[in-house]
Amino acid sequence: MLLKIFWAFVKKESFHILRDTRTLFILFGMPIALVLIFGYTVTNEFKDASIAVIDEAQDDLSQSLVEHLTASGHFRLIDMPPNKAGIEAAFRAGTVKFAVVIPPQFERRFYRDKQASVQLIADATEPNYATTLTSYASQMIGAFQNEHAEQGALPYQLDIETRMLYNPQLEGAYNFIPGVVALILMLICAMMTSLTIAKEKETGTMDLLLVSPLPPILIIIGKVTPYVLLAFVDALIVFVMGVYIFNVPILGNLGVLLGLCLLYLLVALALGVLISTRSTTQQTAMMTSMFTLLMPTMLLSGFLFPIASMPSFLQYLSTIIPARYFIDIEKAVMLKDAGWEAIYWPSLILVIMLLVLLVAARRNFKVIYK
Amino acid sequence: MSSIVVDRVSKSYDAVEAVKESQFSVEKGELFGLIGPDGAGKSTLFKMMTTLLIPDTGDILIEGFHTVREYKKIRKIIGYMPGRFSLYQDLSVEENLQFFATIFGTTIQANYHLIEEIYTQIEPFRKRRAGKLSGGMKQKLALCCALIHEPKVLFLDEPTTGVDAVSRAEFWDMLKRLKSKGITIIVSTPYMDEASLCERIALIQTGEILRIDSPENIIHGFDKPLFAVSAQNFYQLLQDLRTQPFTERVEAFGEFLHLTTKEAISTEKIEAFLNFKGHREIEIHPTTATIEDVFLDLI
Repeated sequence: MLLKIFWAFVKKESFHILRDTRTLFILFGMPIALVLIFGYTVTNEFKDASIAVIDEAQDDLSQSLVEHLTASGHFRLIDMPPNKAGIEAAFRAGTVKFAVVIPPQFERRFYRDKQASVQLIADATEPNYATTLTSYASQMIGAFQNEHAEQGALPYQLDIETRMLYNPQLEGAYNFIPGVVALILMLICAMMTSLTIAKEKETGTMDLLLVSPLPPILIIIGKVTPYVLLAFVDALIVFVMGVYIFNVPILGNLGVLLGLCLLYLLVALALGVLISTRSTTQQTAMMTSMFTLLMPTMLLSGFLFPIASMPSFLQYLSTIIPARYFIDIEKAVMLKDAGWEAIYWPSLILVIMLLVLLVAARRNFKVIYK
Repeated sequence: MSSIVVDRVSKSYDAVEAVKESQFSVEKGELFGLIGPDGAGKSTLFKMMTTLLIPDTGDILIEGFHTVREYKKIRKIIGYMPGRFSLYQDLSVEENLQFFATIFGTTIQANYHLIEEIYTQIEPFRKRRAGKLSGGMKQKLALCCALIHEPKVLFLDEPTTGVDAVSRAEFWDMLKRLKSKGITIIVSTPYMDEASLCERIALIQTGEILRIDSPENIIHGFDKPLFAVSAQNFYQLLQDLRTQPFTERVEAFGEFLHLTTKEAISTEKIEAFLNFKGHREIEIHPTTATIEDVFLDLI
């Protein structure tokens, strides 16, 4: 009997979803759009960066340094202004974001004085881009130096060997795929469910459901089940796009990953139900979800900005953001194939959050109004 | 045992007292009307009777069950049609009915005899989405959904508001037939003309019940002299009568003015006065009160 009622709810809710193009778009257009946007536009990677080189030395060594820099394929030389004044104009015009200045007598200083300098100039109006270019160029110049230094010429040389663990190519996708999954699950489970429940309140159908003999918990479960399934499908879509388009590996156990996805999804769901118990219109549900869920999930979860570099107040605030723990779990399982000891703590926190939220939602869900 | 007992029930929203010490009861199988203007407290009373709202003071029993302590039992035996159309607009007629049948643990087939008369009228549109139905159709569908689980008591909160005159008349016919099946029906309406279609009515205003009786008794209880008056210049007529010392109240009732006088007065005397005021085509005769006259007299 209860099962039959449950299915009636699932069927009804599916009709609501399928007959509303806006909902359909949010459910299926949004995840794909987010992955593509983050994958192709929001990225610190660079290819073919236009750089200028002012070679004031014009000797063999300076020529080969320029060749070395351009050979990588990451830098594209643009017409070189002959002097520093020209380069400043180019920076102001925005045609150049990065320049390398090789001083006169570069070769002589390098071999004879063992003391040559190269100046790097970057347009820091885009700080991330400037930092990335500078560090990349520094690395290449360092390599160049090693290549050309005579054996024993630099007696006290400290070799720095850098290894980027778990993401050797520093691919942005390794960060944003887990982030997008966390965001999408929050969006669908929390925002969509709070909206759909608030809608029933707003149109008065919730009164009809409450006046029926159904236990309220069944009403809620019946309503949210289709969203759980859809959110899960969305998570799979994002993972598949990550693996096949952006080559993000899933090194760990897929079952564990999906299982913990489900846990996070339930947390999001409980949040959505809690919000809906406090809002009587779709508008308030929407606004509450936006400001208490989506923004923090984007900004405070470590998805867009590293938590370690936040002011301590925001770091504390980020400890109550479920997405933070889920992203940790995802990265541990997907990129590191980390064992149970790495994921049990964030998982435990999510379980505790889930329990607290369920109790709060239960207390707030009014069967009869005061 | 009465089907509905409302015992000294009060309810306030913040500072506003929506229902004050209301008290009435409805017998089994009775068609009972709550008559009053918008904001009189009708919907609040309905929400308390249908277990959606807890009264501040007082008790309500539905079929012997207490609305707060035994709300679960009540929810099995009542049908509720809220004040505004509250079905799923994006589901079809059939899907809505099917859904409500299922959540009440029954099927359309099992109780088809209850809704047959009403449902056959909307059946040609059963594939149409509820949001695309006309006002009268929506109301019929909502009634079907409220009836599908064979309730013992039917609560209809302003079912005819926003519905055309023909559909309203049809709707009241349906209610009479339902009543003959032994279902207790309590209906609220702001339309005074619908009051006479109920067996008993309660007149309600700003949360207070003014009078409870059969419509006939309520009308007979009105003992003041009442005249229907009309003349060519209707507006001037209203103005002139309002300012007269013999006038207690004048209200427009369709093509006539209803004039209540403070004491007995002959039609000739009024006519003479109106002639003196320069009115033409004067028509005047004593008339019997309507529910609206009584209502306006009470407030």
